[in-house]
Amino acid sequence: MFEGFSFPVLSAIIGLPIVMGVLILFIDSQRRDIIRGIALMTAAALLVLSGLVYFGYNAGVTALMEQQDALLVAETDHNATEMFYRSIAYEERYDWIPQLGISYHVGVDGLSTPMVLLTGMVAVAGVLISWNIQDRIREFMAFFLLLVAGVYGVFVSLDMFLLFFFYELAIFPMYLLIAGWGWVKLRQYAAMKLTLYILIGSVVALVGAIAMIVTAATYFETEAGAAVLTAAQTAGIVPESAQPFSFNIVQLTLAAENGAFNQTVFGSETLTFAQFWFPFLFIGFAVLAGVFPFHNWSPDGHVAAPTAVSMIHAGVLMKLGAFAALRVGVQLLPEGALVHLPWIVFLTVINVVMGAFIAFRQRDFKYVIGFSSVSHMGLVAMGFATMNVTGLHGAGLQMFSHGAMTALFFGCVGMVYDRAHTRDIPSLGGFFRRMPWVAAAFIVGGLTSMGMPGLSGFVAEYPIFMGMFDASEVTLRIGSLELTNYYPILAIISIIGIVITAGYVLRVTGQVFFGEFDAGKYPEVGDIAITDRIILFLLGVPLLVLGMYPAIMSPMIEAGVRPVVALLGGGF
Amino acid sequence: MINFSDPNFLPWLIPVGPLLAFVIIVLLTNRSRLVPATDRHEYGGHHPEYNGMLVPVVSPSSRVLSIVVGMSGAVAAWLMSWKVVFDALAVGTGTFGKSVFGSSVEWMALGDRPFTMGVLIDPLTIPLLFMVPLAVLMIFIYSIGYMAHDPRQARFFALISLFAGAMLTLVVADNLLLLFVGWEVMGLCSFMLIGFWFEKHSAYKAAVKAFTTTRVADVIMLLGIVYLYSQTGTLSFREILYNQEVLAQLAGTPALLFGGLGISASGLIGMFLIIGTVGKSAQFPLHVWLPDAMEGPTPVSAMIHAAAMVSAGVYAVIRMYPLFEAGGHPHAGEFTSPLLLMTFVGGFTALFAATIAIAQNDVKKVLAYSTISQLGFMVAALGIGAYIAATFHLITHAFFKALLFMASGSVIHAMEHGEHHVHEHGHGDHGHHGDHDEDYPVAPASIGGGRMELAYEAHDGHGHGHHHDEHGADHGEFDDVGGIGDEHGSHHPHDAHAHTQAHDHHFDPQDMMNMGGLKDRIPVTFITFVIGGLSLAGFPLITAGFWSKDEILADAWLGLTEGFGPQIFVFFILALAAFLTAFYTARQLCLTFLGEPRTEEAKHAGLGGPRSVISITMQLPLVILAVFALFAGFVGVPPDFPIFGALFSPEVNPFFEFVKYSLLVEIQPPKPPFSVWPVLTSFAVALGGLALGYWMYGRKPLTAGQPDPMIKILGPLYNVLKNKYYFDELYTIVFIRPSQAIARVTSDFIDRGIIDGILHFIARAANFIGDLLKVFNLWLIDGVGDGIPQGLGKLGERLKFLQTGRIQQYLLLIAVFALLIGLIFAAVSVGIAGN
Repeated sequence: MFEGFSFPVLSAIIGLPIVMGVLILFIDSQRRDIIRGIALMTAAALLVLSGLVYFGYNAGVTALMEQQDALLVAETDHNATEMFYRSIAYEERYDWIPQLGISYHVGVDGLSTPMVLLTGMVAVAGVLISWNIQDRIREFMAFFLLLVAGVYGVFVSLDMFLLFFFYELAIFPMYLLIAGWGWVKLRQYAAMKLTLYILIGSVVALVGAIAMIVTAATYFETEAGAAVLTAAQTAGIVPESAQPFSFNIVQLTLAAENGAFNQTVFGSETLTFAQFWFPFLFIGFAVLAGVFPFHNWSPDGHVAAPTAVSMIHAGVLMKLGAFAALRVGVQLLPEGALVHLPWIVFLTVINVVMGAFIAFRQRDFKYVIGFSSVSHMGLVAMGFATMNVTGLHGAGLQMFSHGAMTALFFGCVGMVYDRAHTRDIPSLGGFFRRMPWVAAAFIVGGLTSMGMPGLSGFVAEYPIFMGMFDASEVTLRIGSLELTNYYPILAIISIIGIVITAGYVLRVTGQVFFGEFDAGKYPEVGDIAITDRIILFLLGVPLLVLGMYPAIMSPMIEAGVRPVVALLGGGF
Repeated sequence: MINFSDPNFLPWLIPVGPLLAFVIIVLLTNRSRLVPATDRHEYGGHHPEYNGMLVPVVSPSSRVLSIVVGMSGAVAAWLMSWKVVFDALAVGTGTFGKSVFGSSVEWMALGDRPFTMGVLIDPLTIPLLFMVPLAVLMIFIYSIGYMAHDPRQARFFALISLFAGAMLTLVVADNLLLLFVGWEVMGLCSFMLIGFWFEKHSAYKAAVKAFTTTRVADVIMLLGIVYLYSQTGTLSFREILYNQEVLAQLAGTPALLFGGLGISASGLIGMFLIIGTVGKSAQFPLHVWLPDAMEGPTPVSAMIHAAAMVSAGVYAVIRMYPLFEAGGHPHAGEFTSPLLLMTFVGGFTALFAATIAIAQNDVKKVLAYSTISQLGFMVAALGIGAYIAATFHLITHAFFKALLFMASGSVIHAMEHGEHHVHEHGHGDHGHHGDHDEDYPVAPASIGGGRMELAYEAHDGHGHGHHHDEHGADHGEFDDVGGIGDEHGSHHPHDAHAHTQAHDHHFDPQDMMNMGGLKDRIPVTFITFVIGGLSLAGFPLITAGFWSKDEILADAWLGLTEGFGPQIFVFFILALAAFLTAFYTARQLCLTFLGEPRTEEAKHAGLGGPRSVISITMQLPLVILAVFALFAGFVGVPPDFPIFGALFSPEVNPFFEFVKYSLLVEIQPPKPPFSVWPVLTSFAVALGGLALGYWMYGRKPLTAGQPDPMIKILGPLYNVLKNKYYFDELYTIVFIRPSQAIARVTSDFIDRGIIDGILHFIARAANFIGDLLKVFNLWLIDGVGDGIPQGLGKLGERLKFLQTGRIQQYLLLIAVFALLIGLIFAAVSVGIAGN
């Protein structure tokens, strides 16, 4: 049902930046034009391929949703898994270490397809904005392409081992890029802080993942489990060669659907495996999405990073955390999600409100955007916490919308900083007249971030809030305490964050772009180059398109979140 | 193929004209030419701080393009709207309520509730579709003259087109979400337009204030929308409001907040939505942004105060009225919480704003507070169930308030003209006609048969900020009115800039104390201003304002006779507010137009020659609107009203009978029978207020330097009123400072202090352990203790370890952290899930 390709498109998307990144290292470092030319061609090719994947997927999504409708009511023990598996397109699978059940297994589903497109957009924008880097451009571009490859890898991985592999692969060049090319004052500290947080998060998650794989293997070795596996093999959901011990995410989903993670652990009467390990997996990954109180690496990291890295970092990398938290945390441990997300939602509210307040307080242009990311990623996690189709749908849209918007923001900040050489907001002013394109783009981004209808932020935030109201049945139990009907109240509290967002966006816009311009102080400020304009269009136009016509993305996200909700026990 | 002449589909095209105009102007006008600004008035003028800067000036062809395109959009919208209006009228009263025009498309897939967007034309939409495009068109025409000299004229037309497009979208929307889209886009446009002269700090501040204040209300409204959607699964007006089952179900469900207090879901949703209107229509306590919004160009004030934004707020509550009413019956004395909220907020605002208005000296501020007050009338009327009367007043108010704002713009312009004359006096040569500077080619534009000169005359060598040209010639002569586009906004009394050079005194052309005797200088403006003022004051029988206000009072009277509290409250408070309205209107008219000029500037005030296109474009809309301000009320005359009833509505009240079919038959308001008491009250308050005002200010008009008699009468209260009850100051203390304090505490204390502090503490601890291990290692193996002082020395330097590059310490740190977090998670898991 999805438009086919005559070549393995996802492998090409992952492989191309790795190959080109390595190749660049062999070019004479003086030949800057060739280096950045190759980098740009690579990124542009990635964008084209991502676009083909996106629209190819979009073409088949209606048929997919009909199939899912039928599956929801089907009488099998792998309905949800099959819904998930059928939503995967461009799948490739090769055995890698068959003894350990590890395979090279990639494919995109409704949630990862927009992320793939987003990565392509940010990759092109990142290369363009780094066009004039003077210092070791060869190494910079090589690391940047590696980073892009890592990010793509996580989004398309359908194997747990591969997912962790790419996850670490993304962090390693990140560290080098920040430490090597970042803002001198902060880069050592920030690069280390970021790496530590993310590595620790992933170590914690890895522990949980291994426990999960072992448990799933135990389950599939039982008689009931073997029957389930055989049935799934017959249905073609898992490969014929599937072993009980497997890193295959589809197979793990199958285990989750059949309650493999619901047996009690540690001899407890009530504590189940899923309940125990959920925080490890969810929050371990969500650290990268900036969930409170593990968010503090992110603003420092954004500020210290060179512009291109800030863009990909806030634009895509943070979504990596959210995406993995959803795919590995919620999808594989739904029973844990039902118990834990009702309190994690409080953290997300803190994210939203506190992030906005802190952003309001900042004097450094880049810190404002950094903390606004924390605030907006809180909305993504909040959408997850609703555990219904509407809220998850909003979260999916928000991942894309926020990615493009924040990358646009950091692009604008970078363009201002390159010319003004300062990011101190009170000393800037009147840049609208000198840099009208940047100002217009920043305002578009700002309006998106405050949820203005007609822009993508609104079509993302509206379903999240609606999901919060729909989730009024969710119950939180701590000991004998039972709390219910509190999601709508949390939604009401979190709108404070939206109001404050309007406050800081207007404040920054007013101080930086409006008011008086001091020509004596900023002699170099002039309008931007064509490369910069391409960036602004590339990242700004999707905000408008998605805002006006959400149907271009919402069906595929819908198709992507349905299996998750089905696993959580909800209908749609 | 969709047939767009079908009235079911034509409404889609109504907002398209202005929206398309916005896009075309943005894309096609050329703004790139940067010209070094001097104090030349064409872009110096009242714009502060332009001197010596590069100012983007659109080319003359872009100016013409923006006017032509903007006007075309407005005209197209007007023609299509009126076609729909007449199609609907042809369908006929009553029938049209059952079979409305509309169509919709699917917009977004949301679970099992796909979201549709569409248009709806029902009996309530019709009066708005009649009023809005007409007022918009008048404002556009007026803007041609008013903005003729602004360097960003193209930007102005783009934004005001978007504004109009958003308003029309809101009017034709068939669901609350599309209404909200138009609502928010309008908020954005008002932000851009109030801050149109963004170089001016006060203008930018006013824009931010307007936007944030309404934004607070908007997000609460959004909550209401979200809640409504989660309850009903739809936001379509027809499906919710024209559906007794849904309404009954909403009224029967206890609300999720305060449900224990007996508030139903519909009550809570209603209150959320009403808060949105309180922000948008500047009701107490969110009224503070509207007077400051005067910083924008005057056509924008007319747009915000009459045709679009504040009307949108009231329109939204009128539209959602069945929801507010659900579970109650105001005409039988059963009030739901949203109705009570509206009654008290509206009634209080009506009186409260009227009291402020009597002590204002700024000609536009008086009108701003009168807008707030009049909107209070409508909200209070809706609160007591006077659905039709509120709609009626919304329409008549839009006409006379648009008229008043544009007329006040003419007054201000005339004053600036006089001011210019005073400053130029003695400069000798004023023959600048046709003496165009080469750098700024003239754009002759043929519009409406007249020739418009875009006034590029150069007044070289003048050092001060306000330049208006054409002063030397007598005012009666053929005289291009330059400087119309210059903004009075910058004459805001609190705003010290650009007035310094060559100015001996600070002159405020908006201060009514500086005026006087203008009736002879600007007769057309005078007559139209008086018509607008009388309509606002509710001058009996011959003004539109009388009929709509009377209907509100008649409705309140009906409940009063039954002894219902809210109606009693509304009747008396609105009567008092109407009295004050008549009084401050008389005061404004007398101070502005009567007596002798109190300043030299007023003596020389004028609008330029009658044949100038700018003068025509600024006065034609006044005349047209004056016609509506007088006669629009005759569509709503009660049939049993003596003489007039027989004359205009022999059988039924046409407005009443038409509009009421936008409601289900069960909740249609009863038609108040004619009663002499409310009519007498209307007569008494209008005539009494006008008479008192005339007695105080008109009988012996103030002379130059004479203080306002009000100061003596009101004593200390005068200062309280003049300072608007100190609400700005109060809000600074109550909201703004605490927000800043919270931001400071979260940022500096919680985030940087506690969270980073814990991290840094652990980092230091790990560093210490690492050093200790290393020292131990060295000591054990080498017996050398030289690592100790080194390790200790590093302790004090926060995070210095991060730069040392010792991999084993990082790994140790990771391990420590992972262990710690793992333990925390394990504890959490066991704690939450284990029991």
